Amino acid sequence: MALDPVKQVSGTGVFIPGADIDTDRIIPARFMKCVTFDGLGEFAFYDVRFDSETGVKTNHPLNDVRFKDASILIAGVNFGCGSSREHAPQSLRKYGFNAVIAESFAEIFYGNSTTLAMPCVMATAADIAAIRAAVEAKPDTVITIDLEKMSVTTCCDLEFSLKMPESAREALVSGRWDPIQELIDNDTAINDRAKALHYV
Amino acid sequence: MGKSLFQKVWESHRVGILGDGRSQLFIGTHLIHEVTSPQAFGMLRDLGLKVKFPQRTFATIDHIVPTINQDQPADPLAAEMIDAIRKNCDDFGVTYFDLKSGKQGIVHVVGPEQGITQPGTTIACGDSHTATHGAFGAIAFGIGTSQVRDVLATQTIALEEMKVRRIEVNGNLRPGVYAKDVILHIIRLLGANGGIGYAYEYAGDVFDRMSMEERMTVCNMSIEGGARCGYVNPDAKTIAYLQGRPYVDNTNFEATAARWLSFASDADAHFDDIVKIAAEDIEPTVTWGISPDAGISITENIPDPLTATSPEQKASIEEALAYMKLPAGMPIQGIKIDVAFIGSCTNGRISDFREVAKYIKGHKVAANVKAIAVPGSQIVAIQCEQEGIPEIFRAAGFEWRAAGCSMCLAMNPDKLIGDQLCASSSNRNFKGRQGSPTGRTVLMSPVMVAAAAIKGEITDARELFDLTAASAVA
Repeated sequence: MALDPVKQVSGTGVFIPGADIDTDRIIPARFMKCVTFDGLGEFAFYDVRFDSETGVKTNHPLNDVRFKDASILIAGVNFGCGSSREHAPQSLRKYGFNAVIAESFAEIFYGNSTTLAMPCVMATAADIAAIRAAVEAKPDTVITIDLEKMSVTTCCDLEFSLKMPESAREALVSGRWDPIQELIDNDTAINDRAKALHYV
Repeated sequence: MGKSLFQKVWESHRVGILGDGRSQLFIGTHLIHEVTSPQAFGMLRDLGLKVKFPQRTFATIDHIVPTINQDQPADPLAAEMIDAIRKNCDDFGVTYFDLKSGKQGIVHVVGPEQGITQPGTTIACGDSHTATHGAFGAIAFGIGTSQVRDVLATQTIALEEMKVRRIEVNGNLRPGVYAKDVILHIIRLLGANGGIGYAYEYAGDVFDRMSMEERMTVCNMSIEGGARCGYVNPDAKTIAYLQGRPYVDNTNFEATAARWLSFASDADAHFDDIVKIAAEDIEPTVTWGISPDAGISITENIPDPLTATSPEQKASIEEALAYMKLPAGMPIQGIKIDVAFIGSCTNGRISDFREVAKYIKGHKVAANVKAIAVPGSQIVAIQCEQEGIPEIFRAAGFEWRAAGCSMCLAMNPDKLIGDQLCASSSNRNFKGRQGSPTGRTVLMSPVMVAAAAIKGEITDARELFDLTAASAVA
């Protein structure tokens, strides 16, 4: 199962403020009453995008028409904490995001996103502040995340370096982000391991 | 140099190293529930794959099960999800503890109860509170749905090895301080993101003295501290808890127990980090904000943004207080509550209900408070009935419900309404977590929830119930 390598992601960005944005915030639990991931995109950040009583749109950045075509989400520390629900990165992917730049990520969200070919890259607080200022001043700023150079470049002179675990970077650039085939291919080793475990 | 339990379990379950550098880890035990598994079975069908070791996956339903009339979900989507898991288990040969089995419950209560959860094993589930099973000396963690697919198809996942942080709590807990307070205190100290990249080993006198159920409460909330898994080394209590349970090899128990104990961390094991905490410093702890690390002692005041040490911290306190509608700088005691919830995978076990039942006799839930008690499993419910516990709760004004996740995450009819404030024994105080986009959650121990229910406000259970003599961890 050959997968497309993910070496570069380009697009415009939107900054979502706040630390510790949890997966309940990204996709409220009531939208997980489903047996497929289809249609989750429209519910991303639902409860902060719409007033719970009036249904009127809030001033959330995703409601700002200037950012309606954004495909790179920019956030603060510990993005994606909480529940392991893959529904969270699935909803972001289906909403139209192709990458997330944040100061740090919760681990389960991170792994889930990598498996969906949505790179999650880390930048310093100062660099996040700079790119936030750039996209808010000029929403059509094109951001390019380069996973080979581990850097962000923009159309407007702002450049900075990125971090991510080497295994995730390697998985993306070499087209191994969904590991299922490689796991299956090691069937003999799996069987050997199972035999060595007393409880299996 | 010796090895930690984490290293021993990891090495004994590693199948190999993958092309991207991650380990291929064998998952000895796989637990599934109705919310995060249907898509995984869908992927399996799309790929034309079978379940490789169907005897190593165990299913139950918990998130969407109503706690009144369990078997009659009024919600057609809930009914569809229950149908899906039954069909998937039938089609692929997976053991399913359904409502009629008498063994249904929250997946993290069911695993230990059945003896499926065992020391020295790897356990995965599409649920972040899988860390609970670490109480038995297992390496247990939450996974996404694509990984549920990977486990079903291969019994393995691709995973980066974690570092290990040993958290030592030594000394004596003060009367009225519970396992829940210990973990809320740890999360407060280390932060909601402090554990990223780590497995937590909980060690020291306090965890040694805890019952298995108390250890489960602690390990359960490892993820709230950012750690994907947390564990306690297996000991005589672990062995005693498991002996005789259905999925334990009871015919050859001595050898099994010896093998389990051999996984405990060696005295000279290497740890990437060590944190030491004095048990005496831990007070009954409650949250005031929208992240589990926003904890304070019941005797402290709600933080004031004016005392923040950075602009980010100031903005974060302001956002939390605006959402929680709490007054900056004022005591947390005396804040009115609307709902009280005792249950969840954190605090829905028999010991939780026994402990609360000891103190609520002769008391009444305040008139304006809706109080619900929800056993974590059908077996816990039966144990409670045998001990007369539901009558005690009902007499005090609690609603006594059937087993499920209930109001912890509100995927079932148990939800907050509007901006109701809930004193909750669950694990997350995120915005909207309990089902209303403006609902407010204050996390605390079950005994503190009971005290809040009775007084109608957040209060110090030590005073209301005169806990000065009794110690939670005997």
